[in-house]
Amino acid sequence: MYAQLVQSEGGKSRAEMTPREIAFQERIDRGEKIEPKEWMPEGYRKTLIRQMGQHAHSEIVGQLPEGNWITRAPTLERKAILLAKVQDEAGHGLYLYSAAETLGVSRDELMEMLHSGKMKYSSIFNYPTLTWADMGAVGWLVDGAAIMNQVPLQRTSYGPYSRAMIRICKEESFHQRQGYDIMMKMCAGTPEQKAMAQDALNRFWYPSLMMFGPSDKDSVHSAQSMAWKIKMNTNDELRQKFVDQTVPQAKYLGLTVPDENLRWNEEKGGHDFSEPDWAEFFEVIAGNGPCNAERLGARVKAWDDGAWFRDGLMAHAGKQEERRAALRLAAE
Amino acid sequence: MTTRTQDPAAEPSAHRDAFVDWLQRMGDNCLILGHRASEWCGHSPALEEDIALANQALDLIGQCQFWLGLAAEVEGKGRTADQIAYLRDAGAFRNALLVERPNVDFGQTLMRQFLFDAWHMEILRKLKSSSDPRVAEIAAKAEKEVAYHLERSADLVIRLGDGSAESRARMEKALKALFPYTGELFTDDAVDQAMAAAGIAPLPSSLKAGWDSTVSAVLEEATLAHPGEVWQHKGGKRGVHSEHLGYILAEMQFLQRAYPGAVW
Ligand SMILES: [Fe+2]
Ligand SMILES: [Fe+2]
Ligand SMILES: [Fe+2]
Repeated sequence: MYAQLVQSEGGKSRAEMTPREIAFQERIDRGEKIEPKEWMPEGYRKTLIRQMGQHAHSEIVGQLPEGNWITRAPTLERKAILLAKVQDEAGHGLYLYSAAETLGVSRDELMEMLHSGKMKYSSIFNYPTLTWADMGAVGWLVDGAAIMNQVPLQRTSYGPYSRAMIRICKEESFHQRQGYDIMMKMCAGTPEQKAMAQDALNRFWYPSLMMFGPSDKDSVHSAQSMAWKIKMNTNDELRQKFVDQTVPQAKYLGLTVPDENLRWNEEKGGHDFSEPDWAEFFEVIAGNGPCNAERLGARVKAWDDGAWFRDGLMAHAGKQEERRAALRLAAE
Repeated sequence: MTTRTQDPAAEPSAHRDAFVDWLQRMGDNCLILGHRASEWCGHSPALEEDIALANQALDLIGQCQFWLGLAAEVEGKGRTADQIAYLRDAGAFRNALLVERPNVDFGQTLMRQFLFDAWHMEILRKLKSSSDPRVAEIAAKAEKEVAYHLERSADLVIRLGDGSAESRARMEKALKALFPYTGELFTDDAVDQAMAAAGIAPLPSSLKAGWDSTVSAVLEEATLAHPGEVWQHKGGKRGVHSEHLGYILAEMQFLQRAYPGAVW
Protein backbone atom coordinates (compact mmCIF):
# COMPACT_ATOMS: atom_id res chain seq x y z
CA MET A 1 0.00 0.00 0.00
CA TYR A 2 1.03 3.61 0.17
CA ALA A 3 1.96 2.66 3.69
CA GLN A 4 3.82 -0.65 3.73
CA LEU A 5 5.48 -2.36 6.66
CA VAL A 6 4.49 0.33 9.11
CA GLN A 7 5.83 -0.70 12.50
CA SER A 8 3.28 -0.11 15.19
CA GLU A 9 4.07 0.61 18.79
CA GLY A 10 2.11 -0.89 21.61
CA GLY A 11 0.57 -4.29 21.26
CA LYS A 12 -0.47 -4.47 24.90
CA SER A 13 -2.97 -6.98 26.13
CA ARG A 14 -5.99 -5.62 27.96
CA ALA A 15 -4.53 -6.72 31.28
CA GLU A 16 -1.45 -4.59 30.64
CA MET A 17 -3.43 -1.45 29.74
CA THR A 18 -3.96 1.48 32.08
CA PRO A 19 -7.57 2.53 32.72
CA ARG A 20 -6.96 5.49 30.39
CA GLU A 21 -5.77 3.19 27.62
CA ILE A 22 -8.79 0.97 28.12
CA ALA A 23 -11.13 3.94 27.88
CA PHE A 24 -9.32 5.05 24.71
CA GLN A 25 -9.68 1.62 23.13
CA GLU A 26 -13.35 1.57 24.04
CA ARG A 27 -13.92 4.88 22.26
CA ILE A 28 -12.34 3.42 19.15
CA ASP A 29 -14.41 0.26 19.46
CA ARG A 30 -17.55 2.39 19.61
CA GLY A 31 -16.50 4.02 16.33
CA GLU A 32 -15.72 7.43 17.82
CA LYS A 33 -13.17 9.66 16.10
CA ILE A 34 -10.05 10.73 17.95
CA GLU A 35 -9.29 14.42 17.48
CA PRO A 36 -5.90 16.19 17.72
CA LYS A 37 -6.31 17.84 21.13
CA GLU A 38 -7.50 14.65 22.82
CA TRP A 39 -5.39 12.27 24.85
CA MET A 40 -3.98 9.30 22.95
CA PRO A 41 -1.43 6.62 23.75
CA GLU A 42 2.06 7.54 22.61
CA GLY A 43 2.20 4.37 20.51
CA TYR A 44 -0.96 5.36 18.65
CA ARG A 45 0.48 8.80 17.90
CA LYS A 46 3.83 7.45 16.73
CA THR A 47 2.32 4.73 14.58
CA LEU A 48 0.01 7.25 12.94
CA ILE A 49 2.89 9.61 12.22
CA ARG A 50 4.78 6.78 10.53
CA GLN A 51 1.82 5.69 8.49
CA MET A 52 0.57 9.14 7.48
CA GLY A 53 4.10 10.33 6.80
CA GLN A 54 4.78 7.36 4.58
CA HIS A 55 1.50 7.93 2.84
CA ALA A 56 2.27 11.64 2.28
CA HIS A 57 5.76 10.83 0.98
CA SER A 58 4.24 8.32 -1.43
CA GLU A 59 1.98 11.01 -2.85
CA ILE A 60 4.83 13.41 -3.54
CA VAL A 61 7.31 10.83 -4.79
CA GLY A 62 4.39 9.48 -6.80
CA GLN A 63 4.45 12.70 -8.84
CA LEU A 64 7.72 11.62 -10.41
CA PRO A 65 6.92 8.48 -12.44
CA GLU A 66 3.94 10.21 -14.01
CA GLY A 67 5.61 13.59 -14.23
CA ASN A 68 8.09 11.71 -16.41
CA TRP A 69 5.52 11.70 -19.24
CA ILE A 70 3.87 15.11 -18.97
CA THR A 71 6.16 16.74 -21.50
CA ARG A 72 5.68 13.77 -23.84
CA ALA A 73 1.92 13.28 -23.51
CA PRO A 74 0.55 12.41 -26.96
CA THR A 75 -2.30 14.94 -27.17
CA LEU A 76 -3.12 18.25 -25.54
CA GLU A 77 -6.05 16.70 -23.73
CA ARG A 78 -3.96 13.82 -22.36
CA LYS A 79 -1.36 16.33 -21.26
CA ALA A 80 -3.99 18.36 -19.41
CA ILE A 81 -5.46 15.27 -17.72
CA LEU A 82 -2.03 14.07 -16.63
CA LEU A 83 -1.07 17.52 -15.32
CA ALA A 84 -4.28 17.65 -13.33
CA LYS A 85 -3.58 14.22 -11.93
CA VAL A 86 -0.05 15.00 -10.85
CA GLN A 87 -1.30 18.24 -9.34
CA ASP A 88 -3.88 16.22 -7.37
CA GLU A 89 -1.12 13.97 -6.03
CA ALA A 90 0.81 16.99 -4.76
CA GLY A 91 -2.44 18.17 -3.16
CA HIS A 92 -2.87 14.78 -1.48
CA GLY A 93 0.64 15.13 -0.09
CA LEU A 94 -0.28 18.53 1.27
CA TYR A 95 -3.49 17.32 3.02
CA LEU A 96 -1.63 14.40 4.53
CA TYR A 97 1.31 16.45 5.79
CA SER A 98 -1.19 18.88 7.30
CA ALA A 99 -3.07 16.02 8.92
CA ALA A 100 0.21 14.62 10.27
CA GLU A 101 1.12 18.05 11.66
CA THR A 102 -1.86 17.78 14.01
CA LEU A 103 0.11 15.01 15.73
CA GLY A 104 2.96 17.36 16.54
CA VAL A 105 5.41 16.70 13.72
CA SER A 106 6.19 19.40 11.16
CA ARG A 107 6.24 18.96 7.41
CA ASP A 108 9.92 19.91 7.35
CA GLU A 109 10.73 17.23 9.92
CA LEU A 110 8.88 14.63 7.88
CA MET A 111 10.64 15.74 4.69
CA GLU A 112 13.97 15.50 6.45
CA MET A 113 13.15 11.91 7.45
CA LEU A 114 12.24 11.08 3.86
CA HIS A 115 15.45 12.60 2.53
CA SER A 116 17.66 10.84 5.07
CA GLY A 117 15.97 7.51 4.31
CA LYS A 118 14.53 7.20 7.82
CA MET A 119 11.03 7.16 6.40
CA LYS A 120 9.94 5.24 3.33
CA TYR A 121 7.46 5.72 0.54
CA SER A 122 5.58 3.05 -1.38
CA SER A 123 7.77 0.55 -3.23
CA ILE A 124 5.69 0.98 -6.38
CA PHE A 125 7.18 4.37 -7.22
CA ASN A 126 10.61 2.83 -7.60
CA TYR A 127 9.56 1.21 -10.86
CA PRO A 128 10.15 3.09 -14.10
CA THR A 129 7.50 4.42 -16.49
CA LEU A 130 8.86 3.38 -19.86
CA THR A 131 6.04 3.98 -22.30
CA TRP A 132 2.86 6.00 -22.53
CA ALA A 133 0.89 2.85 -21.70
CA ASP A 134 2.47 3.04 -18.26
CA MET A 135 0.38 6.17 -17.63
CA GLY A 136 -2.62 3.95 -18.20
CA ALA A 137 -1.31 1.08 -16.10
CA VAL A 138 -0.33 3.33 -13.22
CA GLY A 139 -3.77 4.96 -13.09
CA TRP A 140 -5.59 1.69 -13.45
CA LEU A 141 -3.48 -0.52 -11.18
CA VAL A 142 -1.59 1.79 -8.81
CA ASP A 143 -4.38 4.24 -8.13
CA GLY A 144 -6.70 1.22 -8.12
CA ALA A 145 -4.66 -0.49 -5.41
CA ALA A 146 -4.44 2.77 -3.48
CA ILE A 147 -8.23 3.10 -3.52
CA MET A 148 -8.60 -0.47 -2.27
CA ASN A 149 -6.73 0.54 0.87
CA GLN A 150 -7.95 4.10 1.24
CA VAL A 151 -11.68 3.56 0.96
CA PRO A 152 -11.73 1.61 4.25
CA LEU A 153 -9.34 4.18 5.75
CA GLN A 154 -12.08 6.80 5.39
CA ARG A 155 -13.41 5.10 8.55
CA THR A 156 -10.08 5.19 10.38
CA SER A 157 -10.20 6.29 14.02
CA TYR A 158 -8.07 9.43 13.70
CA GLY A 159 -10.34 12.31 12.64
CA PRO A 160 -7.94 14.36 10.48
CA TYR A 161 -6.66 11.24 8.70
CA SER A 162 -10.19 10.03 8.03
CA ARG A 163 -11.23 13.41 6.62
CA ALA A 164 -8.11 13.58 4.41
CA MET A 165 -8.95 10.11 3.10
CA ILE A 166 -12.48 11.14 2.22
CA ARG A 167 -11.22 14.04 0.11
CA ILE A 168 -8.46 11.98 -1.47
CA CYS A 169 -10.60 8.98 -2.38
CA LYS A 170 -12.87 11.04 -4.61
CA GLU A 171 -9.89 12.13 -6.69
CA GLU A 172 -8.25 8.71 -6.72
CA SER A 173 -11.28 7.13 -8.33
CA PHE A 174 -11.08 9.74 -11.10
CA HIS A 175 -7.44 8.82 -11.58
CA GLN A 176 -8.26 5.17 -11.85
CA ARG A 177 -10.94 5.77 -14.46
CA GLN A 178 -8.63 8.01 -16.47
CA GLY A 179 -5.92 5.37 -16.35
CA TYR A 180 -8.31 2.68 -17.49
CA ASP A 181 -9.46 4.98 -20.28
CA ILE A 182 -5.87 5.26 -21.53
CA MET A 183 -5.65 1.45 -21.48
CA MET A 184 -8.89 1.18 -23.45
CA LYS A 185 -7.57 3.54 -26.12
CA MET A 186 -4.28 1.65 -26.33
CA CYS A 187 -6.02 -1.71 -26.54
CA ALA A 188 -8.35 -0.48 -29.28
CA GLY A 189 -5.44 1.11 -31.13
CA THR A 190 -2.68 -0.15 -33.41
CA PRO A 191 -0.95 -3.48 -32.74
CA GLU A 192 2.01 -1.52 -31.41
CA GLN A 193 -0.22 0.30 -28.93
CA LYS A 194 -1.84 -2.93 -27.81
CA ALA A 195 1.60 -4.47 -27.31
CA MET A 196 2.61 -1.46 -25.22
CA ALA A 197 -0.48 -1.95 -23.06
CA GLN A 198 0.30 -5.64 -22.51
CA ASP A 199 3.90 -4.82 -21.70
CA ALA A 200 2.79 -2.22 -19.16
CA LEU A 201 0.52 -4.76 -17.46
CA ASN A 202 3.34 -7.31 -17.47
CA ARG A 203 5.68 -4.92 -15.72
CA PHE A 204 3.19 -3.38 -13.25
CA TRP A 205 1.20 -6.45 -12.19
CA TYR A 206 3.50 -7.86 -9.50
CA PRO A 207 4.73 -4.50 -8.23
CA SER A 208 1.04 -3.57 -7.79
CA LEU A 209 0.41 -6.73 -5.75
CA MET A 210 3.42 -5.79 -3.61
CA MET A 211 1.76 -2.49 -2.75
CA PHE A 212 -0.35 -4.28 -0.14
CA GLY A 213 2.75 -5.47 1.70
CA PRO A 214 3.74 -9.03 2.58
CA SER A 215 1.31 -11.48 4.09
CA ASP A 216 0.53 -10.24 7.59
CA LYS A 217 -0.65 -13.51 9.11
CA ASP A 218 1.99 -13.38 11.83
CA SER A 219 2.41 -9.65 12.27
CA VAL A 220 1.77 -8.37 15.78
CA HIS A 221 2.16 -4.80 14.50
CA SER A 222 -0.67 -5.30 12.13
CA ALA A 223 -2.94 -6.60 14.90
CA GLN A 224 -2.31 -3.53 17.07
CA SER A 225 -2.92 -1.17 14.14
CA MET A 226 -6.14 -2.98 13.39
CA ALA A 227 -7.29 -2.69 16.99
CA TRP A 228 -6.65 1.05 16.79
CA LYS A 229 -8.42 1.22 13.43
CA ILE A 230 -5.36 2.69 11.79
CA LYS A 231 -5.35 -0.32 9.54
CA MET A 232 -8.75 -1.62 8.53
CA ASN A 233 -8.02 -4.86 6.65
CA THR A 234 -5.20 -7.33 6.42
CA ASN A 235 -2.77 -7.10 3.52
CA ASP A 236 -3.97 -10.42 2.17
CA GLU A 237 -7.63 -9.44 2.25
CA LEU A 238 -6.93 -6.31 0.26
CA ARG A 239 -4.66 -8.08 -2.21
CA GLN A 240 -7.33 -10.71 -2.86
CA LYS A 241 -9.93 -8.03 -3.39
CA PHE A 242 -7.65 -6.19 -5.78
CA VAL A 243 -6.97 -9.31 -7.86
CA ASP A 244 -10.66 -10.19 -8.00
CA GLN A 245 -11.53 -6.68 -9.14
CA THR A 246 -8.72 -6.35 -11.65
CA VAL A 247 -8.80 -9.69 -13.45
CA PRO A 248 -12.15 -9.08 -15.20
CA GLN A 249 -11.00 -5.56 -16.10
CA ALA A 250 -7.91 -6.98 -17.79
CA LYS A 251 -10.07 -9.47 -19.60
CA TYR A 252 -12.34 -6.70 -20.85
CA LEU A 253 -9.28 -4.95 -22.26
CA GLY A 254 -8.21 -8.17 -23.96
CA LEU A 255 -5.01 -8.28 -21.93
CA THR A 256 -3.43 -11.28 -20.22
CA VAL A 257 -2.49 -11.10 -16.55
CA PRO A 258 1.10 -12.39 -16.41
CA ASP A 259 0.41 -15.27 -14.03
CA GLU A 260 0.12 -18.89 -15.16
CA ASN A 261 -1.40 -19.88 -11.84
CA LEU A 262 -4.22 -17.40 -12.00
CA ARG A 263 -7.59 -19.13 -11.90
CA TRP A 264 -11.01 -18.73 -10.34
CA ASN A 265 -11.46 -20.77 -7.21
CA GLU A 266 -15.15 -21.49 -6.85
CA GLU A 267 -14.76 -22.76 -3.31
CA LYS A 268 -13.21 -19.61 -1.88
CA GLY A 269 -15.16 -17.35 -4.23
CA GLY A 270 -12.00 -15.63 -5.41
CA HIS A 271 -8.99 -16.07 -7.65
CA ASP A 272 -5.95 -18.14 -6.85
CA PHE A 273 -2.84 -16.29 -7.93
CA SER A 274 0.93 -16.31 -7.61
CA GLU A 275 2.64 -14.32 -4.92
CA PRO A 276 4.97 -11.59 -6.08
CA ASP A 277 8.69 -12.06 -5.56
CA TRP A 278 9.06 -10.98 -1.94
CA ALA A 279 12.84 -11.02 -2.15
CA GLU A 280 12.56 -8.32 -4.82
CA PHE A 281 10.09 -6.42 -2.64
CA PHE A 282 12.47 -6.30 0.31
CA GLU A 283 15.31 -5.20 -1.94
CA VAL A 284 13.18 -2.37 -3.33
CA ILE A 285 12.20 -1.32 0.18
CA ALA A 286 15.86 -1.43 1.19
CA GLY A 287 16.70 1.01 -1.59
CA ASN A 288 17.76 -1.35 -4.36
CA GLY A 289 14.83 -1.05 -6.77
CA PRO A 290 15.26 0.12 -10.35
CA CYS A 291 14.53 3.79 -9.60
CA ASN A 292 15.18 4.28 -5.87
CA ALA A 293 18.27 6.37 -6.47
CA GLU A 294 16.58 8.57 -9.09
CA ARG A 295 13.38 9.07 -7.12
CA LEU A 296 14.92 9.94 -3.80
CA GLY A 297 17.69 11.82 -5.58
CA ALA A 298 15.13 13.96 -7.42
CA ARG A 299 13.35 14.82 -4.18
CA VAL A 300 16.56 15.66 -2.35
CA LYS A 301 17.74 17.78 -5.29
CA ALA A 302 14.41 19.64 -5.42
CA TRP A 303 14.70 20.36 -1.72
CA ASP A 304 18.37 21.38 -1.77
CA ASP A 305 18.11 23.47 -4.94
CA GLY A 306 15.04 25.17 -3.50
CA ALA A 307 16.69 26.16 -0.22
CA TRP A 308 17.54 29.68 -1.47
CA PHE A 309 13.92 30.13 -2.56
CA ARG A 310 12.48 29.16 0.82
CA ASP A 311 15.15 31.20 2.66
CA GLY A 312 14.45 34.19 0.42
CA LEU A 313 10.76 34.10 1.30
CA MET A 314 11.60 33.83 5.00
CA ALA A 315 14.00 36.76 4.73
CA HIS A 316 11.31 38.84 3.07
CA ALA A 317 8.78 37.96 5.76
CA GLY A 318 11.36 38.98 8.37
CA LYS A 319 11.95 42.33 6.66
CA GLN A 320 8.22 43.00 6.45
CA GLU A 321 7.87 42.23 10.13
CA GLU A 322 10.69 44.68 10.97
CA ARG A 323 9.08 47.34 8.81
CA ARG A 324 5.75 46.92 10.55
CA ALA A 325 7.46 47.13 13.93
CA ALA A 326 9.27 50.32 12.87
CA LEU A 327 5.98 51.83 11.74
CA ARG A 328 4.34 50.96 15.04
CA LEU A 329 7.23 52.59 16.90
CA ALA A 330 7.01 55.72 14.77
CA ALA A 331 3.27 55.93 15.42
CA GLU A 332 3.70 55.78 19.19
CA MET B 1 -15.57 26.34 -25.70
CA THR B 2 -18.35 26.70 -28.21
CA THR B 3 -17.25 28.52 -31.32
CA ARG B 4 -19.44 29.58 -34.19
CA THR B 5 -18.52 27.79 -37.35
CA GLN B 6 -17.86 30.21 -40.11
CA ASP B 7 -17.59 29.38 -43.75
CA PRO B 8 -13.82 29.63 -44.29
CA ALA B 9 -14.39 30.67 -47.91
CA ALA B 10 -16.15 33.77 -46.60
CA GLU B 11 -12.87 35.14 -45.24
CA PRO B 12 -10.52 36.73 -47.75
CA SER B 13 -7.47 34.51 -47.94
CA ALA B 14 -4.76 37.08 -47.09
CA HIS B 15 -6.69 38.07 -44.02
CA ARG B 16 -7.31 34.44 -43.18
CA ASP B 17 -3.62 33.58 -43.35
CA ALA B 18 -2.72 36.49 -41.09
CA PHE B 19 -5.45 35.52 -38.64
CA VAL B 20 -4.26 31.90 -38.51
CA ASP B 21 -0.70 33.09 -38.00
CA TRP B 22 -1.74 35.41 -35.20
CA LEU B 23 -3.83 32.68 -33.49
CA GLN B 24 -0.80 30.40 -33.59
CA ARG B 25 1.26 33.11 -31.91
CA MET B 26 -1.25 33.19 -29.08
CA GLY B 27 -1.56 29.41 -28.87
CA ASP B 28 2.15 28.67 -29.21
CA ASN B 29 3.08 31.09 -26.43
CA CYS B 30 0.71 29.20 -24.13
CA LEU B 31 1.87 25.78 -25.31
CA ILE B 32 5.59 26.41 -24.95
CA LEU B 33 5.38 28.27 -21.66
CA GLY B 34 3.02 25.57 -20.36
CA HIS B 35 5.59 22.97 -21.39
CA ARG B 36 8.37 24.80 -19.54
CA ALA B 37 6.23 25.18 -16.41
CA SER B 38 5.31 21.50 -16.51
CA GLU B 39 8.98 20.51 -16.48
CA TRP B 40 8.97 21.45 -12.79
CA CYS B 41 6.30 18.93 -11.77
CA GLY B 42 7.58 17.16 -8.69
CA HIS B 43 10.90 19.06 -8.71
CA SER B 44 10.05 22.50 -7.38
CA PRO B 45 11.31 24.03 -4.11
CA ALA B 46 8.07 23.50 -2.16
CA LEU B 47 4.92 21.45 -2.45
CA GLU B 48 2.83 24.62 -2.88
CA GLU B 49 4.98 25.54 -5.89
CA ASP B 50 4.54 22.10 -7.43
CA ILE B 51 0.80 22.62 -7.20
CA ALA B 52 0.87 26.21 -8.46
CA LEU B 53 3.09 25.43 -11.44
CA ALA B 54 1.07 22.40 -12.45
CA ASN B 55 -2.02 24.54 -12.22
CA GLN B 56 -0.48 27.27 -14.33
CA ALA B 57 0.69 24.75 -16.92
CA LEU B 58 -2.80 23.32 -16.96
CA ASP B 59 -4.34 26.75 -17.56
CA LEU B 60 -1.89 27.49 -20.35
CA ILE B 61 -2.43 24.15 -22.09
CA GLY B 62 -6.18 24.78 -21.87
CA GLN B 63 -5.78 28.23 -23.42
CA CYS B 64 -3.55 26.75 -26.11
CA GLN B 65 -6.31 24.31 -26.98
CA PHE B 66 -8.72 27.20 -27.51
CA TRP B 67 -6.34 29.31 -29.60
CA LEU B 68 -5.09 26.47 -31.76
CA GLY B 69 -8.61 25.09 -32.04
CA LEU B 70 -9.72 28.42 -33.41
CA ALA B 71 -6.66 28.56 -35.69
CA ALA B 72 -7.68 25.18 -37.11
CA GLU B 73 -11.24 26.36 -37.59
CA VAL B 74 -10.28 29.61 -39.31
CA GLU B 75 -7.75 27.81 -41.48
CA GLY B 76 -10.52 25.48 -42.66
CA LYS B 77 -8.24 22.69 -43.83
CA GLY B 78 -9.64 20.09 -41.49
CA ARG B 79 -6.68 20.13 -39.11
CA THR B 80 -7.18 19.84 -35.36
CA ALA B 81 -5.49 21.75 -32.53
CA ASP B 82 -3.49 18.58 -31.78
CA GLN B 83 -2.24 18.33 -35.33
CA ILE B 84 -1.13 21.94 -35.24
CA ALA B 85 0.63 21.43 -31.92
CA TYR B 86 2.22 18.09 -32.66
CA LEU B 87 2.96 18.04 -36.36
CA ARG B 88 4.67 21.35 -37.08
CA ASP B 89 8.43 21.71 -37.06
CA ALA B 90 10.13 24.54 -35.19
CA GLY B 91 10.12 26.94 -38.14
CA ALA B 92 6.34 26.91 -38.17
CA PHE B 93 6.06 27.76 -34.46
CA ARG B 94 5.13 31.37 -33.73
CA ASN B 95 5.82 31.73 -30.01
CA ALA B 96 7.98 34.54 -28.66
CA LEU B 97 11.58 33.60 -27.83
CA LEU B 98 10.95 34.50 -24.19
CA VAL B 99 8.75 31.48 -23.47
CA GLU B 100 11.23 28.94 -24.83
CA ARG B 101 14.06 30.17 -22.57
CA PRO B 102 15.20 27.26 -20.36
CA ASN B 103 14.06 27.03 -16.75
CA VAL B 104 17.65 27.29 -15.40
CA ASP B 105 16.57 27.81 -11.78
CA PHE B 106 13.35 28.69 -10.03
CA GLY B 107 14.27 32.37 -10.12
CA GLN B 108 14.53 32.46 -13.91
CA THR B 109 11.35 30.44 -14.17
CA LEU B 110 9.47 32.96 -12.04
CA MET B 111 10.96 35.99 -13.76
CA ARG B 112 10.11 34.60 -17.19
CA GLN B 113 6.58 33.92 -16.00
CA PHE B 114 6.22 37.42 -14.56
CA LEU B 115 7.51 39.22 -17.67
CA PHE B 116 5.19 37.12 -19.79
CA ASP B 117 2.16 37.37 -17.47
CA ALA B 118 2.40 41.17 -17.46
CA TRP B 119 2.23 41.15 -21.28
CA HIS B 120 -0.40 38.41 -21.35
CA MET B 121 -2.67 40.42 -19.06
CA GLU B 122 -2.35 43.54 -21.22
CA ILE B 123 -3.24 41.76 -24.43
CA LEU B 124 -6.10 39.70 -22.99
CA ARG B 125 -7.71 42.80 -21.54
CA LYS B 126 -7.77 44.36 -25.01
CA LEU B 127 -8.83 41.17 -26.73
CA LYS B 128 -12.02 41.03 -24.71
CA SER B 129 -13.34 43.70 -27.06
CA SER B 130 -12.07 42.01 -30.21
CA SER B 131 -14.26 42.37 -33.29
CA ASP B 132 -14.20 38.57 -33.50
CA PRO B 133 -16.52 37.21 -30.82
CA ARG B 134 -14.63 33.91 -30.68
CA VAL B 135 -11.42 35.73 -29.79
CA ALA B 136 -13.24 37.88 -27.24
CA GLU B 137 -14.73 34.80 -25.64
CA ILE B 138 -11.39 32.99 -25.27
CA ALA B 139 -9.76 36.15 -23.93
CA ALA B 140 -12.44 36.68 -21.31
CA LYS B 141 -11.98 33.17 -20.02
CA ALA B 142 -8.18 33.30 -20.10
CA GLU B 143 -8.03 36.69 -18.43
CA LYS B 144 -9.39 35.30 -15.17
CA GLU B 145 -6.69 32.64 -15.06
CA VAL B 146 -3.92 34.98 -16.11
CA ALA B 147 -4.92 37.59 -13.53
CA TYR B 148 -4.11 34.96 -10.95
CA HIS B 149 -0.84 33.97 -12.66
CA LEU B 150 0.28 37.60 -12.68
CA GLU B 151 -0.71 38.20 -9.09
CA ARG B 152 1.32 35.19 -8.06
CA SER B 153 4.41 35.76 -10.19
CA ALA B 154 4.58 39.48 -9.32
CA ASP B 155 4.25 38.68 -5.64
CA LEU B 156 7.08 36.14 -5.76
CA VAL B 157 9.35 38.43 -7.78
CA ILE B 158 8.84 41.10 -5.11
CA ARG B 159 9.41 38.76 -2.19
CA LEU B 160 12.51 37.16 -3.67
CA GLY B 161 13.95 40.43 -4.98
CA ASP B 162 13.47 41.99 -1.57
CA GLY B 163 14.45 38.78 0.19
CA SER B 164 17.82 37.34 1.15
CA ALA B 165 21.10 38.38 -0.49
CA GLU B 166 21.10 35.19 -2.51
CA SER B 167 17.48 35.37 -3.65
CA ARG B 168 18.04 38.98 -4.67
CA ALA B 169 21.18 38.09 -6.64
CA ARG B 170 19.36 35.29 -8.42
CA MET B 171 16.42 37.49 -9.36
CA GLU B 172 18.76 40.19 -10.59
CA LYS B 173 20.55 37.66 -12.74
CA ALA B 174 17.25 36.31 -14.03
CA LEU B 175 16.07 39.79 -14.98
CA LYS B 176 19.30 40.52 -16.79
CA ALA B 177 19.12 37.23 -18.68
CA LEU B 178 15.48 37.53 -19.70
CA PHE B 179 14.83 41.21 -20.26
CA PRO B 180 16.46 41.11 -23.73
CA TYR B 181 13.71 38.70 -24.80
CA THR B 182 10.79 40.98 -23.93
CA GLY B 183 11.08 43.49 -26.77
CA GLU B 184 9.72 41.04 -29.30
CA LEU B 185 6.36 41.10 -27.53
CA PHE B 186 5.87 44.72 -28.62
CA THR B 187 7.01 44.77 -32.23
CA ASP B 188 4.41 45.26 -34.97
CA ASP B 189 4.67 43.34 -38.22
CA ALA B 190 2.37 42.83 -41.22
CA VAL B 191 0.33 40.19 -39.38
CA ASP B 192 -0.19 42.52 -36.45
CA GLN B 193 -1.13 45.38 -38.77
CA ALA B 194 -3.73 43.21 -40.48
CA MET B 195 -5.20 42.09 -37.15
CA ALA B 196 -5.33 45.65 -35.86
CA ALA B 197 -6.95 46.89 -39.08
CA ALA B 198 -9.65 44.23 -38.74
CA GLY B 199 -10.20 45.16 -35.10
CA ILE B 200 -9.34 41.61 -34.05
CA ALA B 201 -6.29 42.43 -31.92
CA PRO B 202 -4.44 45.50 -30.65
CA LEU B 203 -1.09 46.48 -32.14
CA PRO B 204 1.62 44.96 -29.93
CA SER B 205 3.32 48.37 -29.66
CA SER B 206 0.17 49.72 -28.01
CA LEU B 207 0.66 47.31 -25.09
CA LYS B 208 4.10 48.56 -24.18
CA ALA B 209 3.11 51.43 -21.88
CA GLY B 210 0.81 49.29 -19.75
CA TRP B 211 3.39 46.51 -19.52
CA ASP B 212 6.11 49.02 -18.62
CA SER B 213 4.14 50.43 -15.77
CA THR B 214 3.36 46.99 -14.30
CA VAL B 215 6.95 45.83 -14.66
CA SER B 216 8.47 49.05 -13.33
CA ALA B 217 6.23 49.06 -10.27
CA VAL B 218 6.99 45.43 -9.44
CA LEU B 219 10.74 45.77 -10.00
CA GLU B 220 10.82 48.82 -7.79
CA GLU B 221 9.06 47.03 -4.97
CA ALA B 222 11.38 44.10 -5.52
CA THR B 223 14.33 46.51 -5.20
CA LEU B 224 15.61 45.33 -8.58
CA ALA B 225 17.14 47.82 -10.99
CA HIS B 226 15.23 48.19 -14.26
CA PRO B 227 17.56 47.09 -17.06
CA GLY B 228 16.50 50.07 -19.20
CA GLU B 229 17.05 50.11 -22.95
CA VAL B 230 19.03 47.01 -23.93
CA TRP B 231 19.49 45.09 -27.16
CA GLN B 232 16.43 42.95 -27.87
CA HIS B 233 16.41 39.54 -29.55
CA LYS B 234 13.72 38.90 -32.14
CA GLY B 235 12.55 36.12 -34.41
CA GLY B 236 10.14 33.82 -32.60
CA LYS B 237 6.94 35.26 -33.98
CA ARG B 238 8.14 34.80 -37.55
CA GLY B 239 9.51 31.29 -36.89
CA VAL B 240 13.20 31.99 -36.27
CA HIS B 241 13.79 30.38 -32.89
CA SER B 242 16.58 29.57 -30.48
CA GLU B 243 18.15 26.10 -30.42
CA HIS B 244 16.00 25.28 -27.39
CA LEU B 245 12.72 24.97 -29.27
CA GLY B 246 13.90 22.00 -31.33
CA TYR B 247 14.51 20.00 -28.16
CA ILE B 248 11.17 21.00 -26.66
CA LEU B 249 9.43 19.75 -29.79
CA ALA B 250 11.52 16.58 -30.03
CA GLU B 251 10.25 15.69 -26.59
CA MET B 252 6.71 16.98 -26.93
CA GLN B 253 6.02 15.47 -30.35
CA PHE B 254 7.79 12.15 -29.84
CA LEU B 255 4.74 9.88 -29.69
CA GLN B 256 2.89 11.56 -32.55
CA ARG B 257 6.00 11.33 -34.71
CA ALA B 258 6.96 7.77 -33.76
CA TYR B 259 3.44 6.37 -34.20
CA PRO B 260 1.85 8.43 -36.98
CA GLY B 261 -1.92 8.32 -37.05
CA ALA B 262 -2.33 6.44 -33.76
CA VAL B 263 -5.21 7.51 -31.53
CA TRP B 264 -4.35 8.08 -27.89
FE1 LIG C 1 -3.00 10.40 -4.50
FE1 LIG D 1 -3.91 9.24 -7.66
FE1 LIG E 1 -6.45 22.64 -10.44
